[in-house]
Amino acid sequence: MNLKIIVAISAVLLLSGCGSSGAWGWYVIDPRTATGQENIYFLVSGFWATIQLSVIAAFISMILGLVIALPGMSSNRWVRLPPRVYVEFVRAIPLLPMLFWVFYGLPVILQSLGININIDAFWGAIITLAVSDSAFTAEIYRSGIQSINKGQTEAAKTIGLNYRQTMRYVILPQAIRRILPPLANQFIYIVKMSAFASVIGMQELTRRANELVVTEYRPLEIYTLLVFEYLVLVLVISFFVRSLERKMGSDESR
Amino acid sequence: MKNDSFVITIKKLNKWYGSFHALKDIDLNVALGERIVICGPSGSGKSTLIRCINSLEQHNSGTIVVDGREMIDSKAVHAIRAEVGMVFQQFNLFPHLTILQNLTLGPMKARGLSRAEAEDRAMTYLERVRIPDQAQKKPAALSGGQQQRVAIARSLCMEPKIMLFDEPTSALDPEMISEVLDVIVDLAEDGMTMICVTHEMGFARRAADRMIFMDYGEVIETGPPNEFFDAPKSERCKLFLSQILQH
Repeated sequence: MNLKIIVAISAVLLLSGCGSSGAWGWYVIDPRTATGQENIYFLVSGFWATIQLSVIAAFISMILGLVIALPGMSSNRWVRLPPRVYVEFVRAIPLLPMLFWVFYGLPVILQSLGININIDAFWGAIITLAVSDSAFTAEIYRSGIQSINKGQTEAAKTIGLNYRQTMRYVILPQAIRRILPPLANQFIYIVKMSAFASVIGMQELTRRANELVVTEYRPLEIYTLLVFEYLVLVLVISFFVRSLERKMGSDESR
Repeated sequence: MKNDSFVITIKKLNKWYGSFHALKDIDLNVALGERIVICGPSGSGKSTLIRCINSLEQHNSGTIVVDGREMIDSKAVHAIRAEVGMVFQQFNLFPHLTILQNLTLGPMKARGLSRAEAEDRAMTYLERVRIPDQAQKKPAALSGGQQQRVAIARSLCMEPKIMLFDEPTSALDPEMISEVLDVIVDLAEDGMTMICVTHEMGFARRAADRMIFMDYGEVIETGPPNEFFDAPKSERCKLFLSQILQH
């Protein structure tokens, strides 16, 4: 239903654009010409890097987030403090400066410590996306877990379960249904934020569009295609998330 | 009487919530097999007291000894919880698990029983609370009375020495109260040591060996049900009983 509306609106926008012949020059990505095909292929081949970047970063962020969220809910304030500080600190740093810091700054620190690890654009972008996202993922976990009635933890305690068992068998299976929708939201956010990786030279969707704009000088058409590339990616993700949510019973009204 | 004849020994127990003094120098000894009913106005500390017995609330001073073990560290807490079952006002069943899974989780994960043993045991106790046919359903498909009986069975599956009931019928519709109380009376007749916080005075007369009346975090009056109901000594207890027995 939603998909149909989006496609319809997009089509109207696109067609009206094509119609006003003065501003648009679709030849640059016209699939009927050899150059057009080549250009399309060049742009679309950025998908793989964007997907890789987003999926790996999201995966790390999901694990990191849980590792931060669990001690962040401890009743012991000294256990709680480091993860809370981490969340507040990381959440406050904009993605682009953090990306610069990780890509240009971190290797210098590592080198001064005698660690010779080369951080390339790919891993620089993944580290940045994962770390910056983990603060938000951690908060998503926290809100999901804390939304589960305290009585559940108490009942688990009284039947002899320890903390790990209580989390694994009682709290997380219930929390995951509430965590999934905002987590998916966050994944879509990562996909979009991965565009920043273009500034450190990562050959993903946005970088490729930029490079083609420089040689072809048709920003309108190329960036329009770029927008649609992201739109398609996000819609596909949304579709999978919806079916996953149905399977997990996230819709508690049913 | 020697200390070790009691399964629960509480001495000079104090509990504060901030500046609110919830329990004031509580002394309580519970003999094996004894059935105690605690009543009193809301906010009098009755729930807090029984929640201290399995460390759902941490006390601030005084000692609690359960089954010969003093509650001093997390190891003792774990051992004590293994001997103490608890039934909550809001049932607190695990909504994502079936009734059977609710019952087998503790025995399998905390006691190390095999699935077959745990399910066997679960069915025994489900029969005891008279709902073996609901085993494969989720808690939400059951009535409140049935859910509370499942909660009782879930506690029994851990084969505790002591059962704590925290207002087990307060969240139930009136027509379901007796089916739950009947199960508890059954347990009492089998010699289970139990402490029950409730305002069901008919039940108290039937099942209790001893009544405890609490107010403002103190034990005001205690005695066998007959004396307690027919000749309460303190003014506060008389007032309370007249208020709840009026209607």
